Amino acid sequence: MDFIAILSIFVMACFVGYYVVWSVTPALHTPLMAVTNAISSVIIVGALIAAAEAGEGLAKWVGLGAVVLASVNIFGGFAVTERMLAMYKKKERK
Amino acid sequence: MAHLALSPWVAFAYLVAGVFFILALRGLSSPETSRKGNRYGMVGMAIAVITTLITHQIANIVEIGVAILIGALIGVTIARRIAMTAMPELVAAFHSLVGLAAVLVGWAAYLSPEAFGILDADGGINTVSKIEMALGIAIGAITFSGSVIAFAKLSGRMKGSPILLPARHVINLGTLAAIIVLTVLFAMAAPEATLPLIVALTVLAFVIGFLLIIPIGGADMPVVVSMLNSYSGWAAAAMGFTLHNTAMIITGALVGASGAILSYIMCRAMNRQFLAVIAGGFGAEASGPAREAREQRPYKQGSADDAAFMLKQADKVIVIPGYGMAVAQAQHALREMTDLLEEQGVEVKFAIHPVAGRMPGHMNVLLAEASVDYDKVFELEDINSEFAQCDVAFIIGANDVVNPAAKTDKSSPIYGMPVFDVDKARQVFFIKRSMGGVGYAGVDNDVFYMDQTMMLLADAKKMVEEINKALAD
Repeated sequence: MDFIAILSIFVMACFVGYYVVWSVTPALHTPLMAVTNAISSVIIVGALIAAAEAGEGLAKWVGLGAVVLASVNIFGGFAVTERMLAMYKKKERK
Repeated sequence: MAHLALSPWVAFAYLVAGVFFILALRGLSSPETSRKGNRYGMVGMAIAVITTLITHQIANIVEIGVAILIGALIGVTIARRIAMTAMPELVAAFHSLVGLAAVLVGWAAYLSPEAFGILDADGGINTVSKIEMALGIAIGAITFSGSVIAFAKLSGRMKGSPILLPARHVINLGTLAAIIVLTVLFAMAAPEATLPLIVALTVLAFVIGFLLIIPIGGADMPVVVSMLNSYSGWAAAAMGFTLHNTAMIITGALVGASGAILSYIMCRAMNRQFLAVIAGGFGAEASGPAREAREQRPYKQGSADDAAFMLKQADKVIVIPGYGMAVAQAQHALREMTDLLEEQGVEVKFAIHPVAGRMPGHMNVLLAEASVDYDKVFELEDINSEFAQCDVAFIIGANDVVNPAAKTDKSSPIYGMPVFDVDKARQVFFIKRSMGGVGYAGVDNDVFYMDQTMMLLADAKKMVEEINKALAD
């Protein structure tokens, strides 16, 4: 893909992000931060490529280190968001 | 190296992952759809990871599996154990990990460009990729060290008050300029000459992240956490440019926009300019003579029994929680009080200021944790007109967000900040540990001394529990 194609995707995504985030209810701003945290760890894609294809050198270990960090975030981020959102269910009170 | 990433199907898979991430955020527009949204996020992540794994030649799947497993174990353990009151520091800690991961990925791409397919014909890394890489590393490093400081301040490992270095603006701007110059030099340098440049750039970026956050005081932490959220997104986007990966670019843009909007909302709620927050120092001057010069003014103090008696008589009570409620862990006792009052036919509502607590939405999560129905919880602009018709405004652990000085006193550091009109309520109960402390902004509050105000001086949780006891009798 050439640079302009990628830049177009980026700019469009910024606008999508702008409108989607304004529609998030303020009551859910903390879960919003937790889940954005989890999804920004999609950076794991780069870490996996480095760990898998960089051969046996330093780059592989750097990549593996990044895989661990990103995994903490992905699993931790989604799990803590799930835990928070579960509390927002309307509960039947005794 | 086989670069299957060129296949349109692979690019399509990453695009689908990106769309799932958009749906994840979209789901948060209401509590009913939010859990489905979170699942979409997980699906998107699974698509991105699986696509990467099946389209690259992987010799060391065991090592990668172990790395993911270690991360997953740590992540899930933390997520299960963390107290809801500690959410701001957890989010800061998670931001630091994204930042550090971005730095590592950038470095891996620098050390092993052939794996990422970013080599030029002459054997060096191509120039555009070098700029993207340098940006990704710099933003990642700033996110990392900034988040570490934010974490230390939020978790009380470091004092919340601003630390002001002399000439800090000169130092900060100089460091930023140096990072930009190094990025340009790095992009133009011959392959052999790049190593010292990228090392220097990484180190300086770590330093500037640290310098940027230490002068920012506790009151501004909601803005800082949101801003670092935004940075972590931009770091991911920069890496997405390096890797030509649409999932990373879309996500980075979403997260970047999200953090930027939250920062804007927080600044607006404090009537502060974003640049003034970043410049730091807010709340530092307040410890000086202004505080000592405070005259002793008369106020009325009440007991839990008095409060309970009057709450029972009320038709409508509006509760205003603040960070003090979180510190005292009073949310469960507060829910109990709500139940007891509702049994007596009293209408209870909760009013949340956008900057209550230490991060956006912090109070809402705590009330949700205590099983307060979310349709009883209202935002500032939706409930502020109701104070004139309410019998009791019940302030627990909040201070600056009810300070009328924000409306009247032009010299006040919080002037212009939207606040709750508690002075219009027939009665005001103000739970506070002692008369000594003032809010984050370090300013006195006229609400303490109003005729209709009763100060309830005690730990928030103990006081509410005593009120509950009196209500139950």
